[in-house]
Amino acid sequence: MHIIVCVKQVPDTNEVRIDPVKGTLIRDGVPSILNPDDANALEGALAIKDSVEGTRVSVVSMGPPQATAMLRECLAMGADAAYLLSSRVFGGADTYATSTTLAAGIRKIEEVSGRADLVFAGRQAIDGDTAQVGPQVAMRLDLPVVSYVQNIRELKPSSVIVERQLEDGFEVVEVQSPCVLTMVKELNQPRYMTVRGIVDACSQEIVIWDDLAVEVSPDQCGLKASPTQVFRSFTPPPKDPGEILQGNPGEVASLLINRLRKTHAL
Amino acid sequence: MIFAEKYELIRKLAREFAQKEFSSEILDEVEETSVFPPELLKKMGDAGFYGIKVPVELGGQGGDTLAYAIVMEEIARVSPVASLYVSSPNSLSGGPLLLSGNDEQKEAYLKPVVRGEKMLCFGLTEPGAGSDAGSMTTSAQREGDYYILNGRKTFITMAPLSDYAIIYAKTDPSRGSKGISAFIVDMNLPGLSCGKPENKMGLKGCATSDIILENVRVHKRDLLGEEGKGFINAMKTLDVGRIGVAAQSVGVGQACLDEAIKYAKERKQFRKRIADFQGISFMLADMATKLAAARELVYNAAVLKDQNRDASMAASMAKYYASEVCNEIAGKALQIHGGYGFIKDYRVERLYRDCRVFTIYEGTSQIQQLVISNQLLK
Repeated sequence: MHIIVCVKQVPDTNEVRIDPVKGTLIRDGVPSILNPDDANALEGALAIKDSVEGTRVSVVSMGPPQATAMLRECLAMGADAAYLLSSRVFGGADTYATSTTLAAGIRKIEEVSGRADLVFAGRQAIDGDTAQVGPQVAMRLDLPVVSYVQNIRELKPSSVIVERQLEDGFEVVEVQSPCVLTMVKELNQPRYMTVRGIVDACSQEIVIWDDLAVEVSPDQCGLKASPTQVFRSFTPPPKDPGEILQGNPGEVASLLINRLRKTHAL
Repeated sequence: MIFAEKYELIRKLAREFAQKEFSSEILDEVEETSVFPPELLKKMGDAGFYGIKVPVELGGQGGDTLAYAIVMEEIARVSPVASLYVSSPNSLSGGPLLLSGNDEQKEAYLKPVVRGEKMLCFGLTEPGAGSDAGSMTTSAQREGDYYILNGRKTFITMAPLSDYAIIYAKTDPSRGSKGISAFIVDMNLPGLSCGKPENKMGLKGCATSDIILENVRVHKRDLLGEEGKGFINAMKTLDVGRIGVAAQSVGVGQACLDEAIKYAKERKQFRKRIADFQGISFMLADMATKLAAARELVYNAAVLKDQNRDASMAASMAKYYASEVCNEIAGKALQIHGGYGFIKDYRVERLYRDCRVFTIYEGTSQIQQLVISNQLLK
């Protein structure tokens, strides 16, 4: 089995602040990490590799050359091969353009390393929070997609049964494979790298492909092919602390109704 | 300083592991019960911490001494006692097998230890033979296919937890240290027992005790290396082992510095942060400078070892300086905490006790001075 996992290097948002004047992210000195949901996706693939003999896991990312550090971590966790799609023309991409590039990269990986039985991605990246790239990649590859996967129940020869997370529970979905699955953090606890994994990963080559290698024309990718434009970023003002109504349930209920009427919420 | 990607990743692994797994609740419980959670020991094994510089063919991770030093530093920075469990298989207990073990012995004893399935301890010190290890009195008399071991080993780290011990004993008492041989001894053999775990000042959660040998019959296949070569085996093992204690010292020194900086920025007296007084800030500057120097000595010794150069003097310098400086930094960090540093609720109190033994075990500072000066004057 061949599983391709889409991963992204992101700034550790626990340490990111927004410049209050310019309204942009202050990225200076902020460490870069493997996007947390993508770590769950990779762990999902590695768990299959542990249990299904002959499984190969490839990771792919679009990003600047520094993203090789994050890909090496993926190798040290147990991935077999890593591919970085990196070119100046990929820069400034929104989700629409990113998925074009990633899909082209996945097709190229399939050319050199065999058809993917499954494509995994994290639900969303912590820097963009769109949750769009995974499903868009599926669309471009013409594959079915199940998003918000919280559990992989069963792998069948030509389908997968998964649990798809909903707000108040989950639904069980059987989907034909190959398919794209996007994962939520409830799926698993990502493993640590191992010392041996690090030693091996450091002697492994990370394949870097540019726009020519994955055969994407410059007007299909990057800023030029991105319909989304960011006008302004801002820190939302903190919410009011709220109010706790006191009294017995009957009193509190009527107080609440009166308040809601007053504000025309009812 | 080492900036290669491999070592940065090793540091990242060890740091993330320590920060995530060794919560203050867990560490408080370890301190209180003196028991280290077995599930954490297993997780450390899964991450590869027990066989960092053991070759892959022997079940190890194929790393090197520098990687080992970095892991020790980062683990000790959060939990000094946890670093003892990392140190043992990589150094004192795994070392003798790596140096002198034959293929069967490595297969039977080293592999399970580096995988974390078994524990092995290092039995050299005796009640009357500490720095002067050559004066040991434990004996091993040949009787057919067996050696009969008698004697008492003391301050043996992990002895009550171990499945096997490397025991040094005299096969020929007339030849002094040249009559010492090394044995791999199953801790379940009849006649072998452990003393009561010592009530130590620090590093609680890793039991240390005596090993008492009364007519313990050890098969000749468990003789480690040649007869009479045990002392060389022990000294070579300790030679490298020192880099581990030096790295532990750097880790704990860093933890003390971290705590001191944090506290100096929080604590206000005379209407300002105590960090704003030069009496405190210059102390911090001294601590950081000496720590940086100690770290360089440790990495230097590790790199020399990894390049197969003579690392003996460099390792002694690193162990001597780093352990002394660690104690100095811990003392100053506690001083900066004032009365609170004397209270167990503050982390620095435990660090201060934990690091006290660093200038003592695996060769006292005075033995390191001896090694260094002997090299200078030879």
